[in-house]
Amino acid sequence: MYSDKVMDHFRNPRNVGEIDNADGIGEVGNPVCGDIMKIFLKIDNNIITDAKFKTFGCGAAIASSSMATELVRGKTLEEAWEVSNKAVAEALEGLPPIKMHCSVLAEEGIHKAINDYRVKKGFEPWTEKNLHSHEQEDMTCQH
Amino acid sequence: MGAQRTIYLDHAATTFVKPEVLEAMIPYFTKYFGNPSSIYGIARDSKHAIDVARVQAAKALGADPDEIYFTSGGSESDNWAIKGIALANRKRGNHIITTRIEHHAVLHTCQFLEKEGFEVTYLPVDQYGLVNPEDLEKAITDRTILISVMYANNEIGTIEPIAELGAIARKHKVYFHTDAVQAIGTIPIDVKSQNIDLLSLSAHKFYGPKGIGALYIRKGVRIENLIHGGGQERRRRAGTENLAGIVGLGKAIEMATADIPGHNAKIRSMRDRLVKGVMEKIPHTRLNGHPEMRLPGNFNMSFEYIEGESMLLWLDEEGICASTGSACTSGSLEPSHVLLATGLPVEISHGSLRLSLGDANTEEDVDFVLEVLPSVVKKLRDMSPLYQKSGKEGGCNVQ
Repeated sequence: MYSDKVMDHFRNPRNVGEIDNADGIGEVGNPVCGDIMKIFLKIDNNIITDAKFKTFGCGAAIASSSMATELVRGKTLEEAWEVSNKAVAEALEGLPPIKMHCSVLAEEGIHKAINDYRVKKGFEPWTEKNLHSHEQEDMTCQH
Repeated sequence: MGAQRTIYLDHAATTFVKPEVLEAMIPYFTKYFGNPSSIYGIARDSKHAIDVARVQAAKALGADPDEIYFTSGGSESDNWAIKGIALANRKRGNHIITTRIEHHAVLHTCQFLEKEGFEVTYLPVDQYGLVNPEDLEKAITDRTILISVMYANNEIGTIEPIAELGAIARKHKVYFHTDAVQAIGTIPIDVKSQNIDLLSLSAHKFYGPKGIGALYIRKGVRIENLIHGGGQERRRRAGTENLAGIVGLGKAIEMATADIPGHNAKIRSMRDRLVKGVMEKIPHTRLNGHPEMRLPGNFNMSFEYIEGESMLLWLDEEGICASTGSACTSGSLEPSHVLLATGLPVEISHGSLRLSLGDANTEEDVDFVLEVLPSVVKKLRDMSPLYQKSGKEGGCNVQ
């Protein structure tokens, strides 16, 4: 059911772990729904120099976390903010429809970590401009 | 990365077909393929084979052969029993009693009937998955026409007190159906002494072929047909008989019920070693289902802080075929209704693993699982944000 890319990132997840004194941390999901992602970002001069994650969830959730952290590494915060759930899913060569919410969670995790950093630095948090997650409404755990 | 060997631990999902069963079936594809409704020689052979299988099935249940009706499997048998009784007895009442832990073939059929004006009571179960007979008796009203309680649960393996529930149903003159799909070959069944009016079974759960099952209907039970058409199965279930399947079911049920205690002892000892070993090797683990009143091959455990599908994927990498109560493999986003009905917290239900042992297994399989599973659980816990390695209790830190 999963693409080779998903299985690769599931078997050999990139960037697993925590960052001590991370500049931004974003935790999203809910154990009731069976998915929790915690994203850790190291940020220097507006650039994400390191990204790590810890995830409780299915194969797609682990692979999405792995891919999302890969995609944002080395990017500016503005560029990282633009990494959409679709980009994560496409980089994984697709996710089954019922698993698309895992990529949404990864995007939300990155956003939350970026905003955590912005708030800590005294900036206004950025607001979610696209409402893509609502497209997934019936695929999203309502808890 | 193909696994070197396959370790099949999903016998509750389906079983392999025993060579003796397959051998018995083959002539009925090639040589004696005649339509049993025809009158020439090869058709008479077909008809005779069906009669033999009917006797084999009846003997396994303590029923009369003319109380056995062949169907396409467990789901059809459950649908027929419930819809058939509901439709034939709606003048007497519109109330059905079942439980929260039934297979979806029963639950969804009951939900369908609710839309058609029937009322359904879904009995709760205790932490082990047992139905309380007192709850059943209290739920019966003068409009109750059917009680349907599974013999043994497919996920957690809990064996229900069927004889006791059957006696209550009989006392109140309510029809009693049991989905015995998981029970055949592991629990001695006697429909007469256990007061069972209808019983569903499916051959592929006891080393027979898929696509064939049966419904036992006690003589005198008022039931409507589900499949209308020709006059097969004594005008009760239309459709040209699945001849080879019926022969396979007969042979399989005869073999499965020949030595139930001997078969159970071997499988139970492997299962118990597996449970004990996992408990010793993996902390924050719990056994789901009843400690004793459970199917001998059923292992259902929850591993806190991790999710079931990722466990299955890693086990699959090692060639181990298993199953989980997590939402992520069911096509829905809710975890197992059975685990939730036992009061298991949702987040822990996501981390459940079902291994169902059977005749495909050996002691070496148990050794291999005990070697592989702890490292799979550790690997997933190490990347889980819920797992607090520092805390002694390692408690779940999220509400």
